Amino acid sequence: MPVIGAPLAKIDSWDKVIGAAKYADDMSLPRMLHARILRSTMPHARIVSIDTRGAEELPGVVAVITGRDVPIEYGILPSSQDEQALCVDKVRFVGDAVAAVAALDAETAERALQLIHVEYEPLTPIVTMNEALDETRDAIHTGAHADHHNIHKMVALEFGDLDAGFAEADYILEDTYFYQGNTHLALENHAALASFSPDGHLTLWSSTQTPHYVHRALAKTLELPASRIRVVAAAIGGGFGGKTDPFSHEIVACKLAMLTGRPVKITLTRQEVFYCHRGRHPVLMWVKMGVRQDGEPTALHFRTLLDGGAYGSYGVASTYYTGALQTVTYKIPAYKFEGMRVFTNKPPCGPKRGHGTPQPRFALEIHLDKIARHLGLDPAAYRKQFIVEDKTKTVNHLTITTCGLSECIDRVVEASGFGGEKREARSEIHESKIENQKSKIKNGLGLACGSYLSGAGLPIYWNQMPHSGVIVKVDRGGGVAVFCGSTDIGQGSTSLLAYIAAEEFGIDVRDVRVITADTDLTPVDLGSYSSRVTVMTGNACISAIRPLKQKILDAAAEKLLVPAESLSFRDGEIICEDDDARRLKWTEAIALAEAKHGTLSGTGSYKPPKRAGPYKGSGVGISPSYSYAACVAQVSVDIETGQVRVEKIWLAHDGGRALNPILVEGQVEGSVYMGVGEALMEEMTYRGGLHKAPSLLDYKSLTMRDMPPVETFLVETNDPEGPFGAKEAGQGPLLPVPPAIANAIYDAIGVRIDETPITPDKILKALEEQEKGRAARFGPKNFPAVKYPEPIRVEPPEDAPRLERKKG
Amino acid sequence: MKSILHLRVNGQTHELYTDTHKTLLEVLREDLGLTGTKHGCDLGECGACTVLADGTPILACLALPIELQGREITTVEGLARGAELHPLQRAFAELNAAQCGYCTAGMMLSAKALLDREKNPTREDIRDALAGNLCRCTGYEKILEAVETVASQQSTGESKG
Repeated sequence: MPVIGAPLAKIDSWDKVIGAAKYADDMSLPRMLHARILRSTMPHARIVSIDTRGAEELPGVVAVITGRDVPIEYGILPSSQDEQALCVDKVRFVGDAVAAVAALDAETAERALQLIHVEYEPLTPIVTMNEALDETRDAIHTGAHADHHNIHKMVALEFGDLDAGFAEADYILEDTYFYQGNTHLALENHAALASFSPDGHLTLWSSTQTPHYVHRALAKTLELPASRIRVVAAAIGGGFGGKTDPFSHEIVACKLAMLTGRPVKITLTRQEVFYCHRGRHPVLMWVKMGVRQDGEPTALHFRTLLDGGAYGSYGVASTYYTGALQTVTYKIPAYKFEGMRVFTNKPPCGPKRGHGTPQPRFALEIHLDKIARHLGLDPAAYRKQFIVEDKTKTVNHLTITTCGLSECIDRVVEASGFGGEKREARSEIHESKIENQKSKIKNGLGLACGSYLSGAGLPIYWNQMPHSGVIVKVDRGGGVAVFCGSTDIGQGSTSLLAYIAAEEFGIDVRDVRVITADTDLTPVDLGSYSSRVTVMTGNACISAIRPLKQKILDAAAEKLLVPAESLSFRDGEIICEDDDARRLKWTEAIALAEAKHGTLSGTGSYKPPKRAGPYKGSGVGISPSYSYAACVAQVSVDIETGQVRVEKIWLAHDGGRALNPILVEGQVEGSVYMGVGEALMEEMTYRGGLHKAPSLLDYKSLTMRDMPPVETFLVETNDPEGPFGAKEAGQGPLLPVPPAIANAIYDAIGVRIDETPITPDKILKALEEQEKGRAARFGPKNFPAVKYPEPIRVEPPEDAPRLERKKG
Repeated sequence: MKSILHLRVNGQTHELYTDTHKTLLEVLREDLGLTGTKHGCDLGECGACTVLADGTPILACLALPIELQGREITTVEGLARGAELHPLQRAFAELNAAQCGYCTAGMMLSAKALLDREKNPTREDIRDALAGNLCRCTGYEKILEAVETVASQQSTGESKG
């Protein structure tokens, strides 16, 4: 029975439904202490002194540490080692960690925090991006951590001849957009449990998406050999990018365990998680696009300004990502990208589902909708004319292997009735809405597309080693064990390894056990980020299994007296395809193979193809393959209250071959959910440096009542780079959702909301403008005069879209 | 201050000597080792800690055990009958209604309360009953599907649970 493509339960679902899955906070060890962290109440201040005596004297307190105990700087990117587990001289946001206490119980630890006296010398907080650009303000970081003053990173790249592109254009549209920051809000708060043995071995169980990178950060900050540190990712209660940095609390738990000789657990509160953040960057964008009369793009100029918050985190990559993937959907022959990330005294931003790409995708897809409307073109047919082709390159040197976007558009257009005339063909829900609507409720449909990478083409730190490793061991009893460093954050990456092993060996999924995310036991996988896991661990798993299969076939062929090539693995047997009377049970075959070859195990590795273009920064955006998605959103807008309701979402996703369709659907539906939330309500808002809504009640997210029905279409291209033809599914489907909603609102009421979240007040303001006969729009009015560096000019590759000179 | 507490959980009565100010969630997890019930916010906002008290969903993070003496508390660990899973557990696993699994216990208990009082709930009934349980992974689609599946089994009498 084929396993690949079957709608099987995840192998770890059973433990989850009986409450047996062990998340980090569920673990405890004998003599375990509980730790809590004291966090800064100041957005920006020098630490003058810290007096911990009161805390130390409190009965039940076992240890108190400050920045002096763990001063070594770290950070996820080698170029941004700007964090300290506990701040030594300066705090940079409300929530920055200052001191930590380990006590017999969490309450005592919490009480002890109140007895720590920190004397601060307040500095003027830099809260807005404009303040960050003002060089008369204090610098948040000094030295090598910033490109210039409070500018963390500046990027400028130009591909092809931009001036010529704009000269060829019949219509040029410029506009400004803003995408608000928001956070992951995984339901599990981060937790970590550390244990230190007298022989110098440290073990950390943590809710982390990237145990390998935590491993490296611990070795650095604790000055221990990495060989004596073991990092295990516990069951993870959601990630979305929020658990991909090494975190202060992980280092603190380890340090306290080392100092006390007792296990130490730390579980963050919901409020702390809001402050730890690393979520979506707020991004201000300026877009200038030139097109011909038929809409064909001739040039695109894209500027971004990212509010990075207080630390680097993934920010350098995030900055590049706001410019990298504009070219992988439509043919763009000339492209200039200028990006800048600034530091502010707010919780640090980092990677959230779609990392740096939902913001520019929002701007680009609204921009295209505006162009289509201006030229009188159907937004769907218009886009389809200029979609990138298989086996081509983009102007910025990204390689397209397969692109199912055209079919994705067809599927959602057909199902939704998008396209003007066919309003009567729209779904029943829409029909009934139209029938029942009072005149104050207006309906609209909007379309947008997107694309995302199937894994980052380069690792986070420079090295030539595999991105993913797998060990497969076959037991005499017939069981197969797969060992891989990957972390399952709910998407099903662990199950995927079981499906692949079961498919390859022709055995039942239940005969495969998967051991993951343990730096002692499993070979390195870089982690669950950049939608890399299916493609990279899948390929590594296949490469571990194939030579092992050969050994088993050799032994079986000898016994059955047939050529090994005639044998295949099927339904728990090794069967001769030419004569099916000649067959061996799986367990018989592996016994023969073990007798012939010795212990049956194999290792496999995966490294993405080397595809970086000939320029600095070309490492961001390259990937084995790209997924594609098209979305139609149906909205109703109440023009009296400004309330928007998303009535339905149609989403078609080209994630290559769906290795398990219900898992891919789950990723699509979850992405739609998150995209609708980001479009309409989710936002990180601050008063000064203080978070306005660090709770689940105040930070609005969709409940089951608010979630629109989703109709999902899986467009299964067969990608040559993926295991069994698979591409990514975890992040790409989010991208088209917010712009599709914005475009639908325009369709409904004729106003443009060029920023997220699209809240009722913004709708009403835009309607007011419309009433007054002014531009019916709500969004940023202008883009600040930012000094980007001189661009690096890069010659596009041979097979990239070329600008055809038609004018002059 | 500690006191002696008699708490009936999943059909068993426990005699506990514990801090009176501890929440039900803390007592379940720390004193009884029932870690299937999760902390999500500790403020009654997310529903991850939902358990049943005499069949009615309550938020364990806001409940005091001392007030629940004599009531029958059901947690996720009490859903299955021995090795036989509750139909909701089977449906959640088979239909991929549990991604990260952190909301799953609370979600299933809210659903159980609904299905126990309403044999044939509408989609709207389900949405109402589960609106207090946040999930960040699934977009609620597969959860809705799982609960509907069990409801239809229940109403056609297929279910053994």
